[in-house]
Amino acid sequence: MRSVILAAAAFAACAVEMVEALTIVLAVALTRGWRSVRLGIVAALATLAAVVGALGPTLTLLPLDALRVIVGFLLLAFGLQWLRKAILRAARYLPLHDEAAIFDREVAETRAAAVAERGHVDWYAFTLSFKGVFLEGLEVAFVVVTFGAAHGDFPLIITSAVTALVVVAGVGAIVHRPLSRVPENTLKFGVGVMLTSFGTFWGSEGAGANWPGGDAALLVLVAMYAAIAFALVTWLRSRYAEGLVVAGEPA
Amino acid sequence: MRQLRAFGRFWWDFVIGDDWRLALGGGCALGLTALVARTDLSAWWIAPVVVTGLLVTTLAYAKPRAPH
Repeated sequence: MRSVILAAAAFAACAVEMVEALTIVLAVALTRGWRSVRLGIVAALATLAAVVGALGPTLTLLPLDALRVIVGFLLLAFGLQWLRKAILRAARYLPLHDEAAIFDREVAETRAAAVAERGHVDWYAFTLSFKGVFLEGLEVAFVVVTFGAAHGDFPLIITSAVTALVVVAGVGAIVHRPLSRVPENTLKFGVGVMLTSFGTFWGSEGAGANWPGGDAALLVLVAMYAAIAFALVTWLRSRYAEGLVVAGEPA
Repeated sequence: MRQLRAFGRFWWDFVIGDDWRLALGGGCALGLTALVARTDLSAWWIAPVVVTGLLVTTLAYAKPRAPH
């Protein structure tokens, strides 16, 4: 059961990040050509593969309990950030992530930039696509390394991540537009709940706690955090509607 | 030195993010769980309670940034 939830969470987290990377890649490629963009993507993927290849086996050398505390802490820190932002977006305290708007902005900036071509490589396009794929991909690498190490099943998590990559890249290649119809904000909300649940589960287990019901406790955590997150969205919306908070200040 | 600082800043932003209280609270929750787990008391409930409290307290003072 844990494997199914893990695979689903890894797929969703990776798909969300890849949708964001695809937006940047498409914006640069459609305005400055594919050649240097392809080089940037390949360089970024190679760097990410090196990061996963170096960190994954290193983490698995740690004793399981210590590993789960470290992974649990990282997932809690990371997952709570995602979940907090997702709650603020759902409550309309932060603007929703809009891939179409981001695409338009990237295209305008890329067009405005001077052509920095040296030899046969457009370094501007290379750098932008490398940065986009690497930074979004680093979050994917984080999920792959932490999930794979704590669950002791790298092939399952890597398969989920690669499936997400193939699906997003495939759809992107067909439509040649940013995937603005993907319910990205909803996915981020779900991924935030999942990461927080896994962080709580593994971190507590590694710290010596025994979960009542074993793996079933993970499902209870997911349901509980989702319910709490929805309740917080409703609470924040009602506070705004009742005039208890004023817009314009930091969220 | 500047590059080292930028490198550290990047990883701080990546893992800790814009609200360090969440990471600190998560770490405290696991530390408290480890302490209680060494006694005869049950410790599984500590992290969920602390995490819920963290979410509520960090969101309690949130104010909208975008116009409705």
